[in-house]
Amino acid sequence: MLPHGHVGMMSVITTEVFFFASLIIVYLAYIGKSISGPTPDELLSLGLVSINTVALLASSATVVLALKALRSGNHSGFLKWLFATIVLGAWFLAGTAIEWTGLIGDDHFTLQTNLFGTTFYTLVGFHAFHVTFGVCALSFIWLCGFMGWIKEHHHQNVEYVSWYWHFVDSVWIAVFLVVYVVGR
Amino acid sequence: MCVNLGILPHIIEVYIATVNIATVAVPTENLSIFDPVSPVSTTIRDLFMLVFGVIGIIFVVTEGALVWSIFRYRSKGDETSEPPQIYGSNPIELAWTVIPVIIVFILFLVTTRTIYSLDLQEPPEGALRVKVTGHQWWWEFQYEDLDITTAGELHVPKGVPVFIELRSFDVIHSFWVPRLSGKTDAIPNRENHLWFQADEIGTWYGQCAEFCGTQHAKMLIRVISEEKSDFDLWVANQQLDAAEVPTPLHGKEMFLSLACINCHNIDGVILQGGFAPNLTHLMSRDTIASGAAENTPENLKKWLRNPDSIKDGCLMPNMMLSEDQIDSLVEYLTTLK
Amino acid sequence: MTTAPYIPLSSKLHEWVTTVDHKKLGVMYILSGLFFLFIAGSEALMMRWQLAVPNNDFLPPETFNAFFTMHGTTMIFLVGMPILLGSANYFIPLMIGARDMAFPRLNAFGFWLFLFGALLLYFSFLGGQGLSGEEGAPNVGWFAYAPLTTTTFSPGSSTDYWIISLFVAGMGSIMTAINLVSTILTMRCEGMTLMKMPLFAWMLLVDALLILIALPTLAAIQIMLLLDRQFGAHFFDAQAGADPLIWQHLFWFFGHPEVYILILPAFAFVSEVTPVFSRKVLFGYSLMVAATISIGFIALGVWAHHMFATGLSPAVLSYFAGATFIIGVPTGMKIFNWIATMWGGHIRFATPMLFATGFIAMFVIGGLTGIMLAVVPMDWQLSDTYFVVGHFHFVLFGGLLFAIFAGFFYWFPKVTGKMLNETMGKWQFWLLFVGFLVTFGPMHMSGFEGMPRRIYTYFPGRGLELWNMLSSIGAAIQFFGFLLFSINLIWSLRNGKPAGDDPWDAWTLEWSTTSPPPPWNYAETPTVRSRRPLWDLKHPEDPDWEYE
Repeated sequence: MLPHGHVGMMSVITTEVFFFASLIIVYLAYIGKSISGPTPDELLSLGLVSINTVALLASSATVVLALKALRSGNHSGFLKWLFATIVLGAWFLAGTAIEWTGLIGDDHFTLQTNLFGTTFYTLVGFHAFHVTFGVCALSFIWLCGFMGWIKEHHHQNVEYVSWYWHFVDSVWIAVFLVVYVVGR
Repeated sequence: MCVNLGILPHIIEVYIATVNIATVAVPTENLSIFDPVSPVSTTIRDLFMLVFGVIGIIFVVTEGALVWSIFRYRSKGDETSEPPQIYGSNPIELAWTVIPVIIVFILFLVTTRTIYSLDLQEPPEGALRVKVTGHQWWWEFQYEDLDITTAGELHVPKGVPVFIELRSFDVIHSFWVPRLSGKTDAIPNRENHLWFQADEIGTWYGQCAEFCGTQHAKMLIRVISEEKSDFDLWVANQQLDAAEVPTPLHGKEMFLSLACINCHNIDGVILQGGFAPNLTHLMSRDTIASGAAENTPENLKKWLRNPDSIKDGCLMPNMMLSEDQIDSLVEYLTTLK
Repeated sequence: MTTAPYIPLSSKLHEWVTTVDHKKLGVMYILSGLFFLFIAGSEALMMRWQLAVPNNDFLPPETFNAFFTMHGTTMIFLVGMPILLGSANYFIPLMIGARDMAFPRLNAFGFWLFLFGALLLYFSFLGGQGLSGEEGAPNVGWFAYAPLTTTTFSPGSSTDYWIISLFVAGMGSIMTAINLVSTILTMRCEGMTLMKMPLFAWMLLVDALLILIALPTLAAIQIMLLLDRQFGAHFFDAQAGADPLIWQHLFWFFGHPEVYILILPAFAFVSEVTPVFSRKVLFGYSLMVAATISIGFIALGVWAHHMFATGLSPAVLSYFAGATFIIGVPTGMKIFNWIATMWGGHIRFATPMLFATGFIAMFVIGGLTGIMLAVVPMDWQLSDTYFVVGHFHFVLFGGLLFAIFAGFFYWFPKVTGKMLNETMGKWQFWLLFVGFLVTFGPMHMSGFEGMPRRIYTYFPGRGLELWNMLSSIGAAIQFFGFLLFSINLIWSLRNGKPAGDDPWDAWTLEWSTTSPPPPWNYAETPTVRSRRPLWDLKHPEDPDWEYE
């Protein structure tokens, strides 16, 4: 029979799917409904966000490589690719922070501005929160790996965290499409 | 199909009437959904009879089978072996899947047909249009074509379709006068529609049917249907500005100098408000506070003394008036016919 | 016999507070649920006192509004969910031949989150005053419709308590659901394929999947409302262009599956009790499984039948009416299967069976009034009236609560090693059955006579006096039923007849261990060949697996 962790992590991911689905549905419902204030095409530019997206999607590839290294006993390879994953995740977060600094600081655009502001910061923000959680989890694993504490019976759990990471990346694809493509 | 079932509403009505007579008060205000006076509520009542018949049959068959098994298969305590173990039966299980599917399919067709037949998004020919706005905790009625604004009580002519454009000023309310039609919610930022036609003369009662805060329970509705001639008289009166009094009343000056004018409008006198019921023809209404109390001078005084005594938690503040001030104000208000 | 070693109270408390054992957690969940049952019941008693006569002044409007909000919220989240999920916690591992749940520590975490959320909700009575001094406990109805719940119309902290406490308790439910899905799918004992596990396990599997789908939606809108209330967001701000129906759509996308989340475990209890007390195998196991799975799917597609009066288009109304009708088919199938199980049996009407039979009788009525409500034009008259209050109490009290008592009387001996008193149990059943009918039957009539829901008082002369008085009298009768239950519980814990392993001559795995089970459940995990392993052992000449 299936290992507990497979079903457990898939269940967690299921709950997150419906959580994000709710936020996305509300975002879609409110496109174009703001009574006043700036609109997406006025404020959002694809340039920086596209680079961030590439970084995040690349991190899914690096985490796969990290797992492969771990399973084949290549400890230093594992640490290297995992580090790359963390850096790419952190890059995504930094990019988001830069974008938001511009929006809040220069454009004075906040959660309170209008419906677009409310839905934008909530959807993108909760995604970023999940990325942050993922980066922390991956960093913790990296630290454990660095200290030599990861044994063979931990490998499966590392894979579960990588599933979570892939999920977070897939959600970004949806968020990106909804916010930066469809909604603009 | 309703011919044979036509007796059913009367059985139920007799039953309800009998039971009602058994209560302390015979209903002076009848809100029964089985006493429709409008084609909309009549259609719903007839649909109810059909559905109730179908449901009734299912009820009798199912509960009958249950009761039968309780009595027939009750253990006598002396059995020496277990009964035959029946694991299932494909034909039986198929039957009790297929038959319910057929029943629900019929119900679905009947339901859909009725939904479409009652749906009306545009006012029909010759209809009276009324804009109804729900407030916490009173109903505002505006006859825009006739330039009338009133509250709490809706006058309509008999036999004429009434098309309501339903809105809300604050939270979600629901407009429901059972004998005239089903309910429709009044939702902010949205215009909903409902229609009815009062085919008899009388007063039809209803109230808000979506929880809207503290005084949801006392957000009542009265619809008064009358002969066209009487309705026209009412309209003519409502269209007039506030009645002029021969000698100027102290109460009127007081009204104009107090904060009353921030919420209440009186046509021809002061139009600064709008957050509270329009008082121009206050005395033409049977009730005050959207049905919470009879419209009498004593109740008006009670209301002014402390609105919470009639409608605890309502949004009209206690103006902390003295008895003399209250008497003067009520003297003025009673001239607003 | 050696005397038991003395264990100081502090050690016992420590054991319970730090436990990760599914059985102890199950007991804690159930006891918490029973505690809140009595609180919510008291709220109901006070409401019925207020409504016994028109224009009553026993409760001021704000208090009444807080009571109906708390009564509903408590019964659903703090009584239904813990009792049902606690029972699942206790019995799923035992029934599938496992030693614990898949994630014992997650299990414990979930329980404490639930308890914290529950206590936070009730703290609102004391702490809800907030900066503007507004009313304590939440008073916006258990479904908390926007925009009534925005700060404009609900200043103060009461709605925030509603949001945060349910969000936290909801996390607990989600964790239990993750555990249940993982346990049922991965920890069944040797020979127990999916189609050989007790129906209880199927019901809880579908139930847990529904929780995984529905609860996150509630969490999402609670976060949105909190952002509106505390951080100036505009999700439900009509002035900013928001659509209040967004709350309703998403809430009911959670809310309708929630009622199936509540009733599926009830179906599970009845599916275990009915065969044992009819002395017959459950009729039509495979179709019961199929019906359960269909109910799970369809339940996700009927939410807007709570919104028929909101001005949706005729096409949308027709779809939701149709979907709601369809869900009646698998539900009806189950009723027929239970009756067919009883048919031809040797039915013993011990207390568990009294309640299970009462469940079937009352759930049929509640289901049928539900079908009536699905007929959209009828719903336009009956929605938001006492007819609906009658309908859902028939399915949740006559249905769910009766099933809970059936399960309680059935499994109490296994958990404690003692039998509950039968005489008191029978008296309790009849008091509750009569009291229930006298309270909730007349509510259908008040609905017909135009009485809306959630009103703290009503006017004389509308024909409502008799029905309301009857409802209140019924509440008084029920009070004695619940009182008797409490007495029975306490008395039996001390003086109950020793139960032995298998007092009911039942057939599923939990009855093969001691009462109570040892901490490890099974010294050796069992191997099964059929759905009724103990039947096979007791009837080696005619085992189930030859027929399945």
